[in-house]
Amino acid sequence: MNQSISLGNWHKILGWITFVLVSVSLYFIFIYTPEDVRLGVVQKIFYFHVASAWLAFFAFFVVFVTSIIFLLKRSRVYDVIAVASAEIGVLFTTIVLTTGPIWGRSSWNAWWSWEPRLTTTLILWFIYIAYIMIRVSDMEWEKKARLSAVFGIIGFIDVPIVFFSIKWWNSKLHPTVIKEGGGGLAPEMLFTLILSVITFTFLYFYLLQKGIAIGNMRNKVNEIKDKLKNAM
Amino acid sequence: MLSALKAIIGKDIIMEFKTKQMTSAMLIFSGLVIVIFSFAFDLSMDVLQKVLPGMIWVALIFSSILGLNRSFTMEKSNDCMQGLLLIPSDRTMIFLGKFISNLIFVLLTQIVIVPGFFILFDYRFQGSVALLSLVLLVGTIGFIAIGTFLAALASNSRMSDMLLPIILFPVSVPLIIAGVQSTSFIFQGQGFEAFSSWLYLMIVFDVIFLVIPYMLFDYVMEV
Repeated sequence: MNQSISLGNWHKILGWITFVLVSVSLYFIFIYTPEDVRLGVVQKIFYFHVASAWLAFFAFFVVFVTSIIFLLKRSRVYDVIAVASAEIGVLFTTIVLTTGPIWGRSSWNAWWSWEPRLTTTLILWFIYIAYIMIRVSDMEWEKKARLSAVFGIIGFIDVPIVFFSIKWWNSKLHPTVIKEGGGGLAPEMLFTLILSVITFTFLYFYLLQKGIAIGNMRNKVNEIKDKLKNAM
Repeated sequence: MLSALKAIIGKDIIMEFKTKQMTSAMLIFSGLVIVIFSFAFDLSMDVLQKVLPGMIWVALIFSSILGLNRSFTMEKSNDCMQGLLLIPSDRTMIFLGKFISNLIFVLLTQIVIVPGFFILFDYRFQGSVALLSLVLLVGTIGFIAIGTFLAALASNSRMSDMLLPIILFPVSVPLIIAGVQSTSFIFQGQGFEAFSSWLYLMIVFDVIFLVIPYMLFDYVMEV
């Protein structure tokens, strides 16, 4: 059960690749890409914003998949992956929800608008905060893993429904939906965007590995604690 | 199968009839919601038309939470849950039974509360009563379906009263949007076509969140 505790060489390699990619991306974001004509330097937050959003959605997808596998196989490995992924997802959704208003304030002069993508992201954040609430509640791990897996499935299915309902809701109020980036993206900007998305994907796997290692260690400590309790 | 379902629903109804805990709590709570809203907003007739749909849904959702919280935690005393799990039938019957009994109690309180809103705010309802009942029924079915399921999930935790609203509200957002939107169309006196797409969304939600809990309920009930 605890075979994946040692982080090993893969983790180091992944760490170095992520480090190099982050450095290269930072160069591309701040030096290579031209400044946006209208928005100026603020526009640079866009690369972090979109990449974090991608990472968050990917992380929640991983939670969904590992939740299903956990219910079928009941192996603790998948539970550990799901938790680590959910935590990363919530962290990066928080980043999306803080960088978004900063960009939005300078771009369309409002901190927040109840536009489909914003609202869905907020609801997504609340759903996975709820997931974390189940995780921190006071139960035995098997029960907790089972229940949070069930909620991980329900929550992920709910997201597309939220998206469509909110899309309909707003299209009736004000039809001009603000598009992110759109088609008018300069080739250098597009390249940097793709690069930052790739970088964040590596960052996700790096963080996931760390999260899994911490989860495994936590489990091991609990096992030792139980053993000690039984011995006394 | 059916006898087990009948037994669970019957048990809940008899219990409620003897204690009247759930329905009275929900009724008192909804009444207080009306009172607080009347202080919170300065309500003229045309403002009422805009905010009343939202108020009705807030009262419905918040009072349902009271009932949903009770529906599984009350089985904890005297190990009644063990008894329920021993029924000689599918465990999903527990879900269906609890869903139907919760639905009955919430609908009963709504029959009192929704006219109560009109009377206490002195609002002359222009729209179609049949359509309003349809929307409220479809919305309540969906909310109670997912609510019953998540109440069963939350009841495993010691802080279930706190956990249930936190996990239930985000998941039921689409239903609440659709419900409030279609109710406000009815309040404007519009016909079925105006909000039919919202109603279909609610029906889709109902189907999804009756089928998925049905599939996953076994996992929630495992001991």
